[in-house]
Amino acid sequence: MNVIMTENTENLNTEDKIAEKYKLQTKDVNVFYGDFQAIKEVSMNIKPNSITAFIGPSGCGKSTFLRLFNRMNDYIEDFKMEGKIKIDDTNIYKNKIQLEQLRKQVGMVFQKPNPFPKSIFENVAYGLKIQGIKDKKLIAARVEKALVQADLWNEVKDNLNKSALTLSGGQQQRLCIARTLAVEPSILLMDEPTSALDPISTAKIEELIHQLKKEYTIIIVTHNMQQAARISDYTAFFYMGELIEFDKTKKIFTNPDKKRTENYITGRFG
Amino acid sequence: MTNVQKNRLKDQLFKFWGIGCTLIGLVLLIIFIGGILIDGLSRIDWAFITDLPSRKAEKSGIWTPLMGSVWILVLTAIISFPISVAAGVYLEEYAKKNRLSALLEINISNLAGVPSIIYGLLGLEVFVRIMSLGASVLAGALTLSLLILPIIIVATREAIKAVPSSIRDASYALGASKWQTIWNQVLPASSGGILTGVILALSRAVGETAPLIVVGALAYVPFAPSGPLDQFSVLPIQIFNWISRPQQGFIDNAAAAIIILLLITFVMNGIAVYFRNKWQKKLQ
Ligand SMILES: Nc1ncnc2c1ncn2[C@@H]1O[C@H](COP(=O)(O)OP(=O)(O)OP(=O)(O)O)[C@@H](O)[C@H]1O
Ligand SMILES: [Mg+2]
Repeated sequence: MNVIMTENTENLNTEDKIAEKYKLQTKDVNVFYGDFQAIKEVSMNIKPNSITAFIGPSGCGKSTFLRLFNRMNDYIEDFKMEGKIKIDDTNIYKNKIQLEQLRKQVGMVFQKPNPFPKSIFENVAYGLKIQGIKDKKLIAARVEKALVQADLWNEVKDNLNKSALTLSGGQQQRLCIARTLAVEPSILLMDEPTSALDPISTAKIEELIHQLKKEYTIIIVTHNMQQAARISDYTAFFYMGELIEFDKTKKIFTNPDKKRTENYITGRFG
Repeated sequence: MTNVQKNRLKDQLFKFWGIGCTLIGLVLLIIFIGGILIDGLSRIDWAFITDLPSRKAEKSGIWTPLMGSVWILVLTAIISFPISVAAGVYLEEYAKKNRLSALLEINISNLAGVPSIIYGLLGLEVFVRIMSLGASVLAGALTLSLLILPIIIVATREAIKAVPSSIRDASYALGASKWQTIWNQVLPASSGGILTGVILALSRAVGETAPLIVVGALAYVPFAPSGPLDQFSVLPIQIFNWISRPQQGFIDNAAAAIIILLLITFVMNGIAVYFRNKWQKKLQ
């Protein structure tokens, strides 16, 4: 088993205490796509207002594991999951959990910018409108706030009715972040959010992620070691569906416990 | 001759063969349209469109069959659009992938290939007799709706399939339900494709003759329909009627009516192409 706890190694049994300390808890999680096991016995606890980076070679299960937190894997035909995942104090794989509620709380930014083929304003307002919010003033205020948070407001404030598809890739990705923030989640999942962007846009988004840490618990998947080292507080290294090592980023990048982690980080494989 | 030269010769031969075949089609079309234009163009004026049919060729107009076609077109659109789009959405988004849905799918594809006169027989039995709608515009429109349902269903499914899954993912990830995602994202994003399919299907429906004859459309009606239960004629039937008469005057009338019918279908196809181009640009 590869359970490497951060700082203390309390057991999940003392749940009351942990509930205050951890935003996200997973216990003995297995994921199967048909017969293929993509995630093997992963347990991990994540603190609120922290940035956690998931690293590991392609196909090791980072995206699969990330998408567990907002149950986006549910749409995959032969997906099966075992184990426990808790957000705050709720098991999100209980039957009566409402996916719509869950996803209001857990926002997601995808690898490729995927704005809706609608106006900039409509993109950001969408998450609010589907909640049934009709108050135009409230929506406008929340849209502005989200765009400001995503550091896009100054670039688009005069063109809110322009199609989102006219924005540059980097702007589109910030729009997608704004769209997610408008719903006011408490957790942000980001799957390689900068892999399709140029260095300047990447730097902007990294800066943004750093700012957002104050209000959000963030998990980011990345193939970029420098990025993981720059922006994250904790780093989890996955290999072939297993969580090999999970610790403070500083420790992982300077003095990892496992040889495999070191090899990967120094670029000797993967 | 070397191999390279041989291949080049074959290349050239095939090219000319291709050009020749294309030209045959094109030339035939030009002769056909040219002939019709020569016969019919001088016959078209405002009176030709607004006059009722008459026993005298030069006094005859196409008002009643034109209005019949318009009625058929509008009713068919109203009936077939919601049903077939809903069916397409269901099959694409909700139907579980099992034996039953596979069977449904095969059936729908097959229906698209059934000869139209069979639909006429079905319409005659179900709409005209069992539902006792008589030989009415409504019965005709229902019959043609059946005929074009499979076409629109297939077009709807193709259009929905073309919506990138990233749009769906984004919608779900923001907390949208399945229905909200379909209604707010998938349908608007696929509307261009669906509309294209609907218009093309309708432009096929205006040209249909056989099923309407079976249902009981008339070759001669004195008045344009004023309600869905009225008797009717349509342009293709009027054309057929005129063209089978010996007098040159009626042949000219037929040519003129063909020009109008062609114009209608060209315009509809043009609109369809316009929507498709706009839609494809939007999706990229
Ligand atoms: N929908 C699916 N059906 C079947 N197998 C899948 C599916 N999605 C992913 N997998 C498999 O699960 C494993 C983990 O995939 P995942 O996408 O989580 O990897 P990843 O670490 O995110 O890779 P990358 O860095 O390339 O994005 C891979 O072996 C992949 O082939
Ligand atoms: Mg991935």
